[in-house]
Amino acid sequence: MKCQYCEKPATFHITEITESTGSQVMHLCEEHAKGFLQKEEADPVASIASALAKQLDLGQTKKELEELDRKACPVCGISFFEFRNTGRLGCPFDYTHFAADLLPLMTNIHDSIQHVGKRPKKTAAADSQAVIIQLRREMEEAVEREDYERASEIRDELRRMEQAEEGMGDS
Amino acid sequence: MKRSSDFNELATRSGEWMRGTGPESDIVVSSRIRLARNLADFPFIKRCSDEDRVSIERTVRAKMEQFANWDEVHYYDLEQLPEIDRQFLVERQLVSREIAEADGARGVAVSADEHFSVMVNEEDHLRIQVMHSGLDLKTAWNQINELDDLLESAILYAFNSEFGYLTSCPTNVGTGLRVSVMLHLPALVITRQIEKVFRSMQRINVTVRGLYGEGSQYSGDFYQVSNQITLGRSETELVELVGGDVVPRIIEYERKARDYLVKEGQQDLHDDVSRALGILGTAKKISSEETMHYLSKVRLGVNLGLIDDLAVGTINKLFMQTQPAHLQKLHGRLLRSSERNVERATYLQRHLSDAFES
Repeated sequence: MKCQYCEKPATFHITEITESTGSQVMHLCEEHAKGFLQKEEADPVASIASALAKQLDLGQTKKELEELDRKACPVCGISFFEFRNTGRLGCPFDYTHFAADLLPLMTNIHDSIQHVGKRPKKTAAADSQAVIIQLRREMEEAVEREDYERASEIRDELRRMEQAEEGMGDS
Repeated sequence: MKRSSDFNELATRSGEWMRGTGPESDIVVSSRIRLARNLADFPFIKRCSDEDRVSIERTVRAKMEQFANWDEVHYYDLEQLPEIDRQFLVERQLVSREIAEADGARGVAVSADEHFSVMVNEEDHLRIQVMHSGLDLKTAWNQINELDDLLESAILYAFNSEFGYLTSCPTNVGTGLRVSVMLHLPALVITRQIEKVFRSMQRINVTVRGLYGEGSQYSGDFYQVSNQITLGRSETELVELVGGDVVPRIIEYERKARDYLVKEGQQDLHDDVSRALGILGTAKKISSEETMHYLSKVRLGVNLGLIDDLAVGTINKLFMQTQPAHLQKLHGRLLRSSERNVERATYLQRHLSDAFES
């Protein structure tokens, strides 16, 4: 059998399994297989998946992971399952809400769990920022279910908060 | 800052990453640093509603419009820009492929000298980038650090003291900093040592990626070296890891391989380089991969003094201007792939004969 990308014989037969496409078999020569596998490594979703797989090996039971998958952020609503599948978090508050669950992942990826280096000169009270994100989401949900009274209440509340933020920023 | 959508002037210049100047520029093409930043009061991009994206884009643009000394900074609205223009910015490495191909409100601020760009609504709300020709990470770091301070004075960043700057993907969290040095390593490829060199790098937290020609029979011999981790080390430590430790070692290996080729295989090498130049100067149609492949050989030949009549700057310019979007911009209209191959060959012939005559 020939490599899918060139005339050389295919010596690597790689089965790739993804959620979206199911399984896909690749027939590649040594050179193209290396290229393919290297690219996989650099992919954040793949590196997060492999880091999480290591966690599974390190004693977390399947049941514990299933429970974790259902855990959702109260601010943006993303579940740990969605994060695991996309490799992307939903909002800054996820780093607080999932902090304990992210620690082993951070160790795997960065070999560290503590930021060292630059810090912004001004930092907000993380809580009030999270509330703003949460209120915006609630407002959109209210509009979707056509509860315009609730939506306008939330909008007023948001305006007050955003103005307070602006005031703080200027001082 | 002024809003802009005109690239005619930009198209005639070679762009920062291919200028071919700066320290070690026979091997190091460019030094780039980027910072990932997010606004504290919005969800990360994947979770943003269309309205959120519009708000973020408007807020950030309005803040940047107020910056003093930003008169010569151009802002491109990527939602409005035609695909060919977005592709053009990708080829100049001023925006990422991801933001060029995304949907919704998004934009980029680009300095007139193309040293810096600020992408709005990429994978993170802000991706700040500074690029310099050659190996010059310290200048790049100082510049991006100042730029970050300026943006921070106007925008409240998502940050916590444990995980640092909070990013959409945990692989960027902490410093949010990615240092990328692009290297031209033809001699390590020819002497088949490249794999060995990179295998030795894997243990020390850097990633190496081949650029261009992946999955095709042609390689341009360009490789990008980046830090893998972003958390637990300071920005200057990460800059030092790549720029002070890893890259100088690779440069040394490439130089040794070049010396070896000149001593042991001068005739073969000279033949290879001359044939490459011959193909580029006489072909009637040529793909961008093939062009990249032969230009890489010619670039090596020029750097080793095997070709006298051609400046490195000319080669670098050809690398830039033979890419699809640049070619079409210079030609003044959209071209099909087969038409581009003909136009590219014509373009190369014209510029290479200029170089020989001058």
